[in-house]
Amino acid sequence: MHPGGSFVACTTSSSTSPGTGCVGEKKTKPMSADSHTTMPKGFDPKRRKALQDMARHAAGAAVACAAIAGLAQQSKSLPAVTLRPPGALDETAFQAACVRCGLCVRACPYKTLKLAELGDGPAIGTPYFVARDVPCEMCDDIPCVKACPTGALTHSLVDIDKAKMGVASLVGRETCLNMLGLRCDVCYRVCPVIDKAITLERTHNTRTNKHAIFEPFVHADACTGCGKCEKSCVLEVAAIKVLPVALATGEIGAHYRLGWEEKRKAGKELVPDLIDLPDRMPEGSKQ
Amino acid sequence: MTTKPLPGREARAQHGFFKAHFWLMARRAAQLGFFLLFAAGPWFGVWIAKGNLASSLTFDVLPLTDPLVLLQGLLARHVPETSAIIGAVIVLAVYMLLGGRVYCSWVCPINIVTDLAAWARRRLGIETDWKIKPETRVYLLGSILMASALSGTIAFELINPITGVYRGLLFGVSWGMATVLAIFVLDLFVAKHGWCGHLCPVGAFYGVLNKKALIRVSARGRVRCDDCMDCYAVCPEMHVISPALKGERTGAGPVILASDCTACGRCVDVCPERVFNFTYRLDDRVDADASDKAASTGPGKLAA
Repeated sequence: MHPGGSFVACTTSSSTSPGTGCVGEKKTKPMSADSHTTMPKGFDPKRRKALQDMARHAAGAAVACAAIAGLAQQSKSLPAVTLRPPGALDETAFQAACVRCGLCVRACPYKTLKLAELGDGPAIGTPYFVARDVPCEMCDDIPCVKACPTGALTHSLVDIDKAKMGVASLVGRETCLNMLGLRCDVCYRVCPVIDKAITLERTHNTRTNKHAIFEPFVHADACTGCGKCEKSCVLEVAAIKVLPVALATGEIGAHYRLGWEEKRKAGKELVPDLIDLPDRMPEGSKQ
Repeated sequence: MTTKPLPGREARAQHGFFKAHFWLMARRAAQLGFFLLFAAGPWFGVWIAKGNLASSLTFDVLPLTDPLVLLQGLLARHVPETSAIIGAVIVLAVYMLLGGRVYCSWVCPINIVTDLAAWARRRLGIETDWKIKPETRVYLLGSILMASALSGTIAFELINPITGVYRGLLFGVSWGMATVLAIFVLDLFVAKHGWCGHLCPVGAFYGVLNKKALIRVSARGRVRCDDCMDCYAVCPEMHVISPALKGERTGAGPVILASDCTACGRCVDVCPERVFNFTYRLDDRVDADASDKAASTGPGKLAA
């Protein structure tokens, strides 16, 4: 175990690391005629070695880079049940910004947020929450956003009602008690943005033919994705779930125009004197 | 006597356990102390520093951010908020002044792990050594910066064992602890000083900040050196010693200027002749002869 061996080894590597010269080593001119008589003119074994080392390192570095970048790319997929804290940039930008310091986790008074463990889904060490476990309580002062040093949770979010952690969706329409004609209403009652994010829409109950169905209807533009509705859904498995915005919402084509909206804006019929063709009705029905 | 005793035994015999382990204990206290600043909150409810080594907030006023983490974020094309920038500038300034690799031996928790592996190697007489070139870490530093730019993420934080340990112990993210185990096995069985001395890109980054380090170790008493080699045996970057220790022949000063030096002070501890001491960069004083100053701390080997 005597260290002498490695000490000697140091003199051999000193050519590639000039700052770390060894004891009494003299810089000899590489390439002397007597030792390499058969080598072509200009051949420098030291330079050759240095170039080889450099190439090997560069190749290794490239492989390491590809592996890490690949891993990083992989970790960008965020499972649908895991939600980011309020103000989180979109997932791609978030991964460039979040340093995984956990200051948002520390700032959260309700222990909603946690840092992701390997296998949790989100990139290791990044903050997330699962609505069904602990939803966001939507603090007025948004301490998690204030705590974020990098702006991965954007500081431009100052009104928590403008947060977009996700959008609630009534995915279990066949199991939702309200949809079965009962008056559960829990998701509607607990919603912090009651009557804006969730409204109860009355429709006819065709099963009994004399009652009403009060459908919990989510308005995506007002829903913050806090998850209180999902947390409090009384079913074994929540019928209403908060999903990432991209999963939960559709988008009409940018070139689409809604005729009735355009008509209202213009204050008149946009295409005057439409020819009104006779409606063709099913045979036997009254015109 | 055929086999040489473990390095440091002689110093211990001559100067006692305390003096032969002073800087080692000081470093362990510092490493533990920095960790406790963070752990006091989640463990005992006394909040001093929140966050982890990637970014933190101390006493709710002092922001600190790892500049390498922030650099990766910049390469991933994110412009951070001012508090992260201020935090990184403070860290940069402090380490540029003191010496970047002071971080490696006085703050980094992985140092404890790799020191333990190096100690176990010596005790168990493990000789296996897969020779990794020391400059590999510089290339790896390039790799992680490139990976961050390509993937648009702070790529190294996925596997960074340093912040990983803190995250593991403070936030229960156990993945960080797995990387620590891998490093311990690497250093113990595969390559001597493999991680800290050859691979760690964070060490490479802080090495860049170490060029003009103020706090340095000097081989001030180099005339007393009797070539026992104990300092080489314990030094995690042993190539840094010779230029200063043997500088008399080449006309070099006694201060260890090589930027790989982490200022861990183990050489100061284990030298039976008390050749080394902590000092500042420009202190070029050398002891004139073997009977000078520090030799008086114990019976010199020459005299014995």
